[in-house]
Amino acid sequence: MQLSRPIRRFVDNSIVHLIMLLISLGMLIPMLLILSASFSSEAALSEYGYRLIPVEWSLEAYQFILRAPERIIRAYGVTIFVTVFGSAFSLFITSLVAYAIARKTFRFRNVVAFVVFFTMLFNGGLVPWYIMITRYLDLRNTIWVLILPYAVIPWFVLLLRTYFARLPEEILDAARVDGANEWQVFFRIVMPMSTPALATIGLFLMLMYWNDWWLGLLFIDDPDLMPLQLLLYNIQNNISYLRSNTMTRNIVIPAQSVRMALAIVAMGPAVFLALFFQKYFVSGITLGALKD
Amino acid sequence: MDESQSISATSQAAISPPLVANETRKNRREKVGDTLTFFLMAFPALFFLLIFNYLPMVGLVIAFQRFRFQEGIFGSEWVGFQNFEFLFSPTSGVRITVNTLGLNALFIFTTLVASLFVAIMLNEVRESLVQRFYQLSLFFPYFISWIIAGYFVFALLNTNDGLVNQMLVSLGYEPIRWYSSPEYWPAILTLTNLWKQIGFWSIVYLAGILGINPELYEVSQIDGANKLQQVFRITIPMLSSLIIINVLLSVGRIFYADFGLFFHVPRDSGLLYPTTDVIDTFVYRALRQTGDIGMAAAAGFYQAIVGFVLVLISNWIVRQVDPEQALF
Repeated sequence: MQLSRPIRRFVDNSIVHLIMLLISLGMLIPMLLILSASFSSEAALSEYGYRLIPVEWSLEAYQFILRAPERIIRAYGVTIFVTVFGSAFSLFITSLVAYAIARKTFRFRNVVAFVVFFTMLFNGGLVPWYIMITRYLDLRNTIWVLILPYAVIPWFVLLLRTYFARLPEEILDAARVDGANEWQVFFRIVMPMSTPALATIGLFLMLMYWNDWWLGLLFIDDPDLMPLQLLLYNIQNNISYLRSNTMTRNIVIPAQSVRMALAIVAMGPAVFLALFFQKYFVSGITLGALKD
Repeated sequence: MDESQSISATSQAAISPPLVANETRKNRREKVGDTLTFFLMAFPALFFLLIFNYLPMVGLVIAFQRFRFQEGIFGSEWVGFQNFEFLFSPTSGVRITVNTLGLNALFIFTTLVASLFVAIMLNEVRESLVQRFYQLSLFFPYFISWIIAGYFVFALLNTNDGLVNQMLVSLGYEPIRWYSSPEYWPAILTLTNLWKQIGFWSIVYLAGILGINPELYEVSQIDGANKLQQVFRITIPMLSSLIIINVLLSVGRIFYADFGLFFHVPRDSGLLYPTTDVIDTFVYRALRQTGDIGMAAAAGFYQAIVGFVLVLISNWIVRQVDPEQALF
C-alpha cells in the first residue's frame, strides 16, 4: 500500500530523529557515567559499581576537593597560566607569520611558507626533539616547556593565511596611501578586521593548551608544575598524588569518586568552550576543510 | 638590474625637479623596508620552528649511534644499523607496523562511513534547535582530552564495577576481563576513535553537503527519486572529491598513530600490547621506560622516513585528482 506524502514524510522524519537521538545518547553516556560516579558515595560506588544514576547520592568527593585543594589549585593555576599566556603568545606570532606569507608583495613569501608547511610533512621524531629540549635547551621542569613547543602550529598558520589572503586589498592599500607602514596596517586594519578568524584560532589554541598532557608527561616531574591533565594521569594509579605536605596522614581519600569528580572539574572549562563557542569551532573546521 | 635602476634613479634625480626625485627614492626605500618588515613579522615563528622542528632533524643520526646523554649527539659512538634489529622481531618491529597500519586503516574506513552517514542524517533534520543538540553531543568528545576519555572507557569496561560487565552479569553472562584480553581491543579502540572523531568529520561532510546545488535535489524529486536514491545518486557523487582527498590525506598519515588513544585508553597495559602497541607507544616506552634510546631513535627514524614517503605518494595522487587541494 502506498502511503500518502505527509504520512511518508512523518515516518521518514521520525526514523531520522530516532537514529540521531540514539547516537547522541551513545556519545553522552560515558560522561553521564562519570558525572553520576562523582556524585556517588564511595561506599555505594565500590559496592554497586558505576551506575547511570547514583545509588546513593553524596557530595563527599567534591567536599574532599574543596577541603584539601592545595595540589588541585596549584595544577589549576599552572593550566590556566599555560592556557592564557600560551594562547595569546601563540596567536600573536601565528598571525604575524600568516600575515607575512599572505602578502603578495613579500618577496620571500614562498620560501617562508615552505619552511612553515614542510614541518607538517616531515619531522625528526620524538627522540631528537626530546633530547633537544632536555639536554640542549634544558627546559625540563620549567613552565616554558609547557608553552613554547606548541608556539607555532602550521595548521593554524595555514588557516589564518587563507583568511588574511581573502581580505579586500583595496582597504589595506587605502591605509598605505595614507602613509601607514606594514606594522600599522597589520595592527590597525588587519587585526580588527579579522576578529572572527582570530577568535576561532584563539579558541582552538586554548582548547589545545587546556587539554594537553603530552608535554607534562614528557618534561614535568616537579609536583608544583604539574598541569591539571597530568595530575589526572598520575592519580589514575596512585591517588596519594593529591596529598600535600600539610595534609595529615589519617585523612582517607575517597579514591574512586574523587578521581571522577576531578575529571569533571578538569573538563568543565573545555565543555564550556564547546557549549558557547561551538559556532567558531565549526567555522574553523569548515574553513580548513573547504579552502577554495 | 637593481643597480641599474638605482643608477637611473640617481641620474634622474640630478636632472628632474627635487620633488620627483624624493618620491622615487622614498618608494624604493619603502619596498626594501617592507621586505624587512615582513621578515621581522615572520621571524618569531621561524625561530621556534628552527629550534623545535629543524634542529631536531639533525638528531635523526641518533638512530645510528649508541647514544649517551653525557656525550650528546656529537660525542656518541656510531654503531651502524645495530639499532634497527628490532624491526625484524615479531614482537616488536613487525607487530607495531602491523598494528599501526591495520588499526589506522580500520579507523579511516569506519570514520568515513559513520561521519558521512551522520552528516546525511543531520542534513535531514530541519528543526534548528534539535539539530544543534545532535551536533553538540556529536562534537562534545572533540573537546575532551584522551586522559579523560581513558577515564570514560574505564568506567565502562572496568572488570569489577564497569557498566558493561554489570550489564553482562545481569543478562546472565560471565564478566569479561577487558583490560587483559587483547582480542577485544581492535574493536574497542575503533569505537573509541569513532566516538572522538565523528563530530569533527561530520561537520566537514555536512559543510560539503550544504554546498551542493539544491536544484539537483529539486529536479530529481520531480523525476520521482526517493531519499535513498538521492543519497546515492547525488549526495555521495557530489562529495566524491572531498571524500577522496580526505581519505588520501589520512592515508598519508597512516604511519603515525594517535598516541593519546593508544596509550591512555588501554592504560598502557602490557597484556594488551599484541593488539594495542603501535609505533608511537613503542618509541615512547623505549625512550622513557626501558631507556633504550638507540632503539627508540631507530623506530622514530623508520616512522619518519616511511611516513614521509607515504605523504609524498598520497599528495601526488591528490594532485592528480584536484591540484587545488594538494598540500604542495
